[in-house]
Amino acid sequence: MTDTPLIIVYIFLFPGFLFLLAYAMLFEFLDRRIAARMQHRVGPPLFQPFADFVKMLGKEVIDPQGVDRPVFDAAPVIALAAVMTAFLYIPVVSASPLAFQGDLVLVLYLMALPTIILFVMGWLSRNIYSAIGGIRTVTQMFIYEVPFFLALLTPALMAGTWSISEIVSWQQDHLWFMVLQPIGFVVALIGLQAKLERTPFDIPEAETELVAGPWTELTGRRLALMHLASDVSCVTGCALIAALFLGGPTIPWTIAPVWLGWICGFFLFLAKTLVVLLILSSVKVATGRIRIDQLNTIGWKYIASAALVQVAVVLVMNSIRVGA
Amino acid sequence: MPEVIVPIGPQHPALKEPVNFRVIADGEKIVRLELDISYTHRGIEKAAEQRTFIRALPLLERVCGICSHSHSTAFAKGVEELMQLTIPPRAQYIRTIIGELERMHSHLLWLGVAAHEIGFNTLFMWTWRDREAVQDTLEEMSGNRVHYGMNEVGGVRRDLTPSQVNAALQRLPNLEERITKYVDMVQNQETMLLRFRGIGKLTKEEVLKYGAVGPTARASGVDYDIRMDDPYLVYADVPWNVVTDTSGDVYGRTRVRIGELAESLKIVRSCLEHLPEGPIRVNPPKTAPKGEILSRYEAPRGELVHFIRTNGTDRVERVDIRTPTLANWTSVAACLVNQNLADIPVIVAAIDPCLSCTSRITIVDKGDGNTGIVTWDELRRRSRLRDRRQEGA
Repeated sequence: MTDTPLIIVYIFLFPGFLFLLAYAMLFEFLDRRIAARMQHRVGPPLFQPFADFVKMLGKEVIDPQGVDRPVFDAAPVIALAAVMTAFLYIPVVSASPLAFQGDLVLVLYLMALPTIILFVMGWLSRNIYSAIGGIRTVTQMFIYEVPFFLALLTPALMAGTWSISEIVSWQQDHLWFMVLQPIGFVVALIGLQAKLERTPFDIPEAETELVAGPWTELTGRRLALMHLASDVSCVTGCALIAALFLGGPTIPWTIAPVWLGWICGFFLFLAKTLVVLLILSSVKVATGRIRIDQLNTIGWKYIASAALVQVAVVLVMNSIRVGA
Repeated sequence: MPEVIVPIGPQHPALKEPVNFRVIADGEKIVRLELDISYTHRGIEKAAEQRTFIRALPLLERVCGICSHSHSTAFAKGVEELMQLTIPPRAQYIRTIIGELERMHSHLLWLGVAAHEIGFNTLFMWTWRDREAVQDTLEEMSGNRVHYGMNEVGGVRRDLTPSQVNAALQRLPNLEERITKYVDMVQNQETMLLRFRGIGKLTKEEVLKYGAVGPTARASGVDYDIRMDDPYLVYADVPWNVVTDTSGDVYGRTRVRIGELAESLKIVRSCLEHLPEGPIRVNPPKTAPKGEILSRYEAPRGELVHFIRTNGTDRVERVDIRTPTLANWTSVAACLVNQNLADIPVIVAAIDPCLSCTSRITIVDKGDGNTGIVTWDELRRRSRLRDRRQEGA
C-alpha cells in the first residue's frame, strides 16, 4: 500500500475523506439518536445530518457589519481541513501508510486548530456574545489541553514510539492501554469531551447565556462547514482514543490472509469508535453545564493531577522494565 | 476592572418573554441590576372594568398561560364574597383539584426550565414528558390544556364524572414515582448541585424585607402560604403541609417546589377520593353590592392578589392584580449582587418569572429616554400640545 494510486485512493476515498465525511454524518446521527432515546424523544432520522448540511450550504450567508470577510470565509475551511488531515494518520483498517515518527504530535496540534479558529471567529464576529464565547473557548482550552495532551502522550511513552500506528501494533503484542493506563484513558475521555465542547463542557456556546457563543454570527455555508468540522473532529477524536487506548483496528491475534485482517480491522475500528461515542453521549445526557470557574478548579486540581500521576506511573513502570 | 453594562433582552434565547435587564458587571461579578418589565402591557385591568362579571372572568383567566385557574379563582372568590354567596362543596372540591393539578404542571414545567438553564436537557425532557400526564388529566376534566374555563361566579361550569375521577386517580401512582425520582436527582446529581447550591442566596430577613412570596420565600424558611394562613376552598379540610427549606438558594427553591409537587399530589388524591355529591353551582345575582375586597390566592409562583371594588352594578369599578412575580422581582435584584454572570439565567428562572402577567405600563419619553410616571394633567397638556401642532401643520 505504498504506491501512489493506492495512496490517492487512501486519502480521498477510503478510509480517507469520502468515508470520513459519511462516517462523520453517521456519527452525528448516532450521537443525536442515542441522546434522544435516553431523553425519551424520537430523535432525528438517518439522513438528517446530511439534509441539514445540504440545506445550510444553500442558505444565505450574512456578513455581520465590519467583519473581515476573507478571514471569516476561510476560518471554517481551515478548521475542516485540519481535522480531516488529522484523521489520515489514524489507523483505520491497519497501520496508516502515511505514518511517520511524530505523527501523534501532528495529530494533536491539528486537532487543536478548530478550537483556535472558534476563538478567532468569536473575535471577528463583532458581537458581544461571540466575543465572550470566544474568550471562554480559549480559557477552556488552557484548562483541558494540558491533561489531554499528557493523557495521550503516556501511551507513546510506554510504547517508546511517537507514531500512532506503531503504538497500535505495540498494543497487539502486549495489552490495551485502557488496561495498562486506566487513569490516562479516563482523562483522555474527559479531555475529548471538553475539546468537542459537549455538555458538561459546552460553556463557550452556553445557549441560555451566550445565544450560541462563537457560532452566533455563522450563517449558510460557514455554519455548514464549521458544523461538519466539529462532526469530523468528533470522529477523529474518538478514533484517536480507540487507537491509543483500545488497540485501534487490531485484536491480540493476527488474522491469516491480509485482506481478511483488513476487513476485521475495519469492523473493529467501527465498533471501538462507536463505544467511545456511546460513552461521550452518555456523559452528555447525564450532566448539566458547569461554570467556567468551576471547570478551572476541577480541571487543574483533579484532572491535571490525575494526568501527572499517570505520567509518573508510566515512567516508573518503564524504568522497572528497563531494569528487568 | 471598570464597570460594564451587559444588556440582556428584550430579545434573548434565555428569555421566554420580553424583559430587559441591564446588568452592571465588574468582570464576571454582578454589581447591580436594573430591569424594565414593561414590554407586554395589555391593559387587561381596564378591559375588565368594561365587562360584566360573566365576561370578565374568561378575560382574567387569560392574564397568565400557566396559572390561568389561579386568576379566575381569585376573581370569582372575591366577587362571590362581595355577593355573599356560598358555593356548593362539590364546586369547591373541583376548584381545588384543578388548582392543585395546575400547581403540579407549573412546578414540573419550572423544574424542566431550571434544568435547561444550566444545560441539563435530560431533566428538561423528562419533566415535560411527565407533565403531560397532568395535562391529560386537566384536558379530560375541562376539555382544555391551558385555559380550563372551569370557574364561573357561583361555582364551576363542568362536573366531574366517575370515569374522569378514576382516570385521574390511576395516573397518580406513576407521577408519585417520578416525583420521588426527581427528589433523588436534585439531591444527588453532581452538576445540578454545582450550579444550584449557594447560588442566589436570600436570608429570612431579606425575604421579609423585600416581600418575596411563594416558593422563593419558603425556600428561605418563611412558612408563608395563603392556603394555610388564610384558608380558602377546601384547604382547611384536606391533610397537607407547607413545604419550607432553610438553605435559601436556588437549590432550596428547587427542593421546595419538588416538595410541593408531592403535597399537591396528596391534595388531589384526597379531594378526588372524598369528592362530595351535590350541585356544582348556585345562581349568582346579576349585580354585586358596593364594596371592596382583597382576594388572596396561593398561585404556583406565590401569593396572587386581586383587589376588587364594586359599585352596585354588574361590573367591577376597579380590579387590580398583583402577581407573585411582581412581588419577587426586588428579591432577584438583591440576590444577583455579587453573583457570577453565568448564573443570571438560573437565578432569574428560580422565581419562575411570568412577565406578561406582571407587566406594568411605563411611559418613556422618546426624546430624552426618561421613564417615569406622567400625571393626568401633564398627559392632557401634552395631548393639547400635540393637537395644536397638528392644527398648525
